[in-house]
Amino acid sequence: VQFGAFQHSCSNKIYLLLVRSVSVDLNNDASLVIDIPDALCERDKVKFTVHTKTTLSSFQKPEFSVPRQHEEFIWLHDTIVETEEYAGLIIPPAPPKPDFEGPREKMHKLGEGESSMTKEEYAKMKQELEAEYLAVFKKTVQVHEVFLQRFSSHPIFRKDRNFQIFLEYDQDLSVRRKNAKEMFGGFFKNMVKSADEVLISGVKEVDEFFEQEKTFLLDYSSKIKDATAKAEKMTRSHKNVADDYNHISGALNSTAADNNTAFKKHLEKYAEVFEKLRKLEDRVASDQELKLTELLRYYTRDIQAAKDLLYRRARALADNENSNKALDKARLKGKDIAQAEENQKQCLQKFDKLSESGKKELTSFKARRVVAFRKNLIEMTELEIKHAKVRRLKCCVYHYMFTRQCSGSHGKPGNLREF
Amino acid sequence: MSGSCGRIPPPFPDNEDQEAESDTRVLDSDEDDDDDDEGEDIFTGARSNPITPTSAPDEGDIFSEEGSYIRSDVHHATNGLHSDEEELDLFTEATVELTLTNTTSQGRREITGPTASACNTTQVPNSILKPSIVTKTTEELEEEESGDQFELNIAVTNPEKIGDGMNAYMSYKVSTQTTLPMFLNKTFSVRRRFSDFLGLYEKISAKHSLLGCIIPPPPQKSVVGMTKVKVGKEDSSSAEFVEKRRAALERYLQRVVAHPSLLQDPDVREFLERDELLRAVNTQTLSGPGLLKMINRASDAVNKMTIKMNESDNWFESKLQEVENEEQLLRRLHAAVDSLVNHRKELCSNTAVFSKSVAMLGSVEENSALSRALSQLAEVEDKMEQLHQQQAFNDFFILAELLADYIRLLGAVRCCFEQRMKVWQRLQEAQSTLQKKREAEAKLLWANKPEKLQQAKDDINEVKLSTANDKHNTWESKVSQYERDFERVTCTVRKEVLRFEKEKARDFKQHIVKYLESLLHTQHRLVKCWEAFLPEAKAIA
Repeated sequence: VQFGAFQHSCSNKIYLLLVRSVSVDLNNDASLVIDIPDALCERDKVKFTVHTKTTLSSFQKPEFSVPRQHEEFIWLHDTIVETEEYAGLIIPPAPPKPDFEGPREKMHKLGEGESSMTKEEYAKMKQELEAEYLAVFKKTVQVHEVFLQRFSSHPIFRKDRNFQIFLEYDQDLSVRRKNAKEMFGGFFKNMVKSADEVLISGVKEVDEFFEQEKTFLLDYSSKIKDATAKAEKMTRSHKNVADDYNHISGALNSTAADNNTAFKKHLEKYAEVFEKLRKLEDRVASDQELKLTELLRYYTRDIQAAKDLLYRRARALADNENSNKALDKARLKGKDIAQAEENQKQCLQKFDKLSESGKKELTSFKARRVVAFRKNLIEMTELEIKHAKVRRLKCCVYHYMFTRQCSGSHGKPGNLREF
Repeated sequence: MSGSCGRIPPPFPDNEDQEAESDTRVLDSDEDDDDDDEGEDIFTGARSNPITPTSAPDEGDIFSEEGSYIRSDVHHATNGLHSDEEELDLFTEATVELTLTNTTSQGRREITGPTASACNTTQVPNSILKPSIVTKTTEELEEEESGDQFELNIAVTNPEKIGDGMNAYMSYKVSTQTTLPMFLNKTFSVRRRFSDFLGLYEKISAKHSLLGCIIPPPPQKSVVGMTKVKVGKEDSSSAEFVEKRRAALERYLQRVVAHPSLLQDPDVREFLERDELLRAVNTQTLSGPGLLKMINRASDAVNKMTIKMNESDNWFESKLQEVENEEQLLRRLHAAVDSLVNHRKELCSNTAVFSKSVAMLGSVEENSALSRALSQLAEVEDKMEQLHQQQAFNDFFILAELLADYIRLLGAVRCCFEQRMKVWQRLQEAQSTLQKKREAEAKLLWANKPEKLQQAKDDINEVKLSTANDKHNTWESKVSQYERDFERVTCTVRKEVLRFEKEKARDFKQHIVKYLESLLHTQHRLVKCWEAFLPEAKAIA
């Protein structure tokens, strides 16, 4: 069971503390269990507490925690990507930067409008703001946690020295900010990537498995990207509807304080209804986001990681072919044959290794994807059902209340014949 | 995402759950996961009465007719999951009171209008409802005795386009069902066009507004909307326009007949009964911007009157202020509801787009079970779209139109206050004239000019040679007449305002109840959709 706690010091700073106790079934293997039980958010910096429990002797202690910032996660990701021997593996995609832009804007508005709002309005807005922060927070914690768990559950990655340093080293990893050169290098890398895309489609595939994978991944990649974008739009619409309920409720509550009519009391009751509707709509929106949109977002990134593997293999294939050609040329010319032979052998070795581990990775990727979709779709459906039932029940109760209560005018029990 | 399973979002710390209010406690207690249990008991209990719903409208019930066109566009058939059956069960399981309703005689003046069949054209056979009707009848009788003593039901249906091109117009069927003796028949119908309704307003207004009655304003004219219809654009927006107008005309008539003195008006009777009406002309000023201008002028006039009124005015002064405040509030609400409608429509289209996208994804997916589940998900989202569209329809017709109506009604209330002001002003003027004449008389008395004195006396009395007994022509009698008028108008306005407030409270409550019903229905369908999908999701392997 999870719960979130929220602290708000003053209007300029927000301290967010998320404390959870997470069920253990996340990690299949008890020999290395990682989770992020809490996180602290101060302004834009998020400090995740990375907690490890292990029976492996390679670690100094059986249980320990370290604070880590987002940049340190990125460092880990980049380090792994640059490790040559992992070329045949799907590198878990880097978690996206925590994005508190939305809630932060709201907080700004709250601070500015504080003087012009009533106490109730202010309290309400503050509460909404907290909920929004919490939602963003949950998302980012989840995605960072999953990132680490991908490493811990992988037979090869879990042994990586840098990974262990990340988990254990209790000092700041002093990850340098990317300087201009590195940024530029990153840009160049992206250019090369798109060149790879051309390469991957151009290279003649010998292996049936990889041929199929290539077709599948390229197609799936574009479709899932599209689905993610559409899911995001849909979720945003839900949030807008919730917002509107909020405004309606606010307006209904805004009759003058000196107005003592019975009608005003009615309006306040109606305001309550809309407030409840808003909450439920909000919940639907955030659950949908967490279970569906996040799932799609994650797999869009993961598919990209799988594609990266294919690129690397395609490059290795290209290298292999080139080395064959070079060997033939050397043989023809009669010089540097030994070198060319050595080169060719290495390229072939690399390519074979990549193909072998790539096949394993891609196969387990399929299984992983199916499992994840299943889990999230089930959870999302169950939540949708739950929320709809709650809403249904609440509507029923309010309906009953309004039709039973004869506050002056005889409430006509609603016409439900159409049901 | 593998490894990231089992995460149920935390229940949001809900501060107001600690509210002490007794009637809301029952609502707040179900913030947590315990909700499901309650939901289960009531709504998914054993189905003891398997019911086959009939979809044919009740015979002889003119109020369940086809109605508008947009409904058939918007409303889709069942989702093929015997949802109708379940929906009925929902209410047979629930408390008996909720399942009430007469399907034959409506018994109440307020007709459910478009929303009645907006949700589902399924009609519940009388047999099911009979038990609950029995318990309700006595209550209804009580209600009848306490308040409304008559039965008159009106429906506006079957919009039909007559003619072509720019001279075309929409003709509407106005059906009345009544037990009142003043009508020739018990059920009858006529065809009317929009300008007829405006003409009716003109006639009523001319007669009754001077008395201080609140005259319900007619629906607004819309050049753009009508032109589209005339030109013959068969798209959903013109269908929506026609439906909007039809519903507005219906509400207008219902409000007119809800007014006890207007109902007695022969023009109203003629409107309802007479086969052919004289074509109303000069209705340009009576709707849309014209009417609005009139109403605004009225409020300006009231504001400009700096004349101090006396004692009993406190009630009127504060009432007027209340009315103005309320109008502001309703405008604000209307804007918010408008936004809701638009966002809901957006949600609708975004869901449709998403559905297609998921279907595409499913078609590419290589795992067959997941592929199937994704296409099922696409179908569920498709159904969501329909539900959202329906809900947007309800948002608009139940909430937005109600608010729009009352904004205009409040304007009519202000007109009514202005009338009273005018009467008072007339009284003031007469009184001051009388006063002047009396002063003149007194002066002459002191000046001791008997001839002129006599003249002055005559002036006051203004006795006309031929009509010595006609008291009405004297200033004194004028003043007393105007005094009586003012008393009467004051009394009428007071009564009218109170009646209006009662109506308004009842109207709002009814609409909120209707809205809740519509939501209930939507949520129920939602539950069914997702429940059907769940096994598909679980079947992924």
